[in-house]
Amino acid sequence: MKKAIMYVNQFFGQIGGEDKADFKPVIKCGLVGPAVELQKHLDAEVTHTIICGDNFIGSNTEKAMEIIMGFLKDKEFDIFFAGPAFQAGRYGVACGQVCKAVKEKFNIPVITSMHIENPGVEMFKKDMYIFKGGHSAAKMKDDVKAMAAFGNKLLKGEENLGADEEGYYARGIRHQVWRKDGVMAADRAVEMTIKKLNGKPYETELPMPKMDRVPIAPAIKDLSKAVIALVTSGGIVPIDNPDRIQSASATRWGRYNIEGIDDLKEGVYKTIHAGYDPAAADADPDVVVPLDVMRAYEKEGKIGRLHNYFYSTVGTGTTQGEAARMANEMIPYLKEDEVDAIILTST
Amino acid sequence: MVKEFERAGFTIVQMANLIPVAKTVGSNRIVPTISIPYPLGDPATTKEEQWKLRYYRVGVALDSLTTDIKEQTVFKVKI
Repeated sequence: MKKAIMYVNQFFGQIGGEDKADFKPVIKCGLVGPAVELQKHLDAEVTHTIICGDNFIGSNTEKAMEIIMGFLKDKEFDIFFAGPAFQAGRYGVACGQVCKAVKEKFNIPVITSMHIENPGVEMFKKDMYIFKGGHSAAKMKDDVKAMAAFGNKLLKGEENLGADEEGYYARGIRHQVWRKDGVMAADRAVEMTIKKLNGKPYETELPMPKMDRVPIAPAIKDLSKAVIALVTSGGIVPIDNPDRIQSASATRWGRYNIEGIDDLKEGVYKTIHAGYDPAAADADPDVVVPLDVMRAYEKEGKIGRLHNYFYSTVGTGTTQGEAARMANEMIPYLKEDEVDAIILTST
Repeated sequence: MVKEFERAGFTIVQMANLIPVAKTVGSNRIVPTISIPYPLGDPATTKEEQWKLRYYRVGVALDSLTTDIKEQTVFKVKI
């Protein structure tokens, strides 16, 4: 029989309430609290329950992980559960941290459950299966049952029907699937368009991630003193692509020195972007990175000066997460040269 | 990327053709370009015309950087 281990906090582990939140991790043989319910529905033996105080793990995360990983290193288990954490913020974050560490160290499926408002959802939904749980412990039975049912599926190697169908928060992973209805994409798209045109409800197959707004940066007071940088997601690179930036789903970027260069010439620069026809950009890379006109504005004195490098990556198929990381890697170079403003050209 | 730069305090303008995408992801200053494969110069036109268009649109972008805005703004272009 396959084996499972479960993580719970001090409250559900029957140690105590807030006053026991500094409780250090322990591992107990057998079932404590929610593990009893889990065992009722799971086709695997729940061998141990790990219990830790929410404050202890919150304030001493590294220490707590070290202890918990120490408990687990000589145990045999095929799947790991944590929670359900409902709307308890610290507990949710703890479940996420423990599950993430277990998944990384032991490479087994990890499942938890939280209410949508739990900050643990945003923090960890990309890393694991977090089931859409109830607001409070009144939903304990339902939430544990949902986790167990999906755990059974994973243990048996049955088909994962996707986040919505199964009931966990979408992890942002795309799978290629054969649809049971056999309706091809073109037909589905036309149907969706007709519904949209008629003002009828339709469901997109590619929902945009939730918006995260950034406060508007203040206007530049005196452009004639400002340092401006050029950044592009259009894949313009020196002809030999020295940083080997990928043509799609890029994870790499480059910065290229343009001191003394007034124009990006054909044959010296090109685009490696696989998401658009490169003919025009290869023939004149300035149509994507407008260096020539920036030099003109620099000579006229409209801008103070152009930063000595342009920055480039490829924006097609690139995840928002990777794009954010790459931008953050560029920022120290821009700050070092006291860049005031950026023109980012996208294709 | 635009958001990360803006979050770090840089005043930034995105020159983009897919305005709805730029708006959805949360760019605050947006200046339209003419196409995806050649944002700033149509190869079917002369080099002079391409230069003129590019000079103009980048000029709009530079001016947008000096413009105080209260909300996400797509700056108007004439050519």
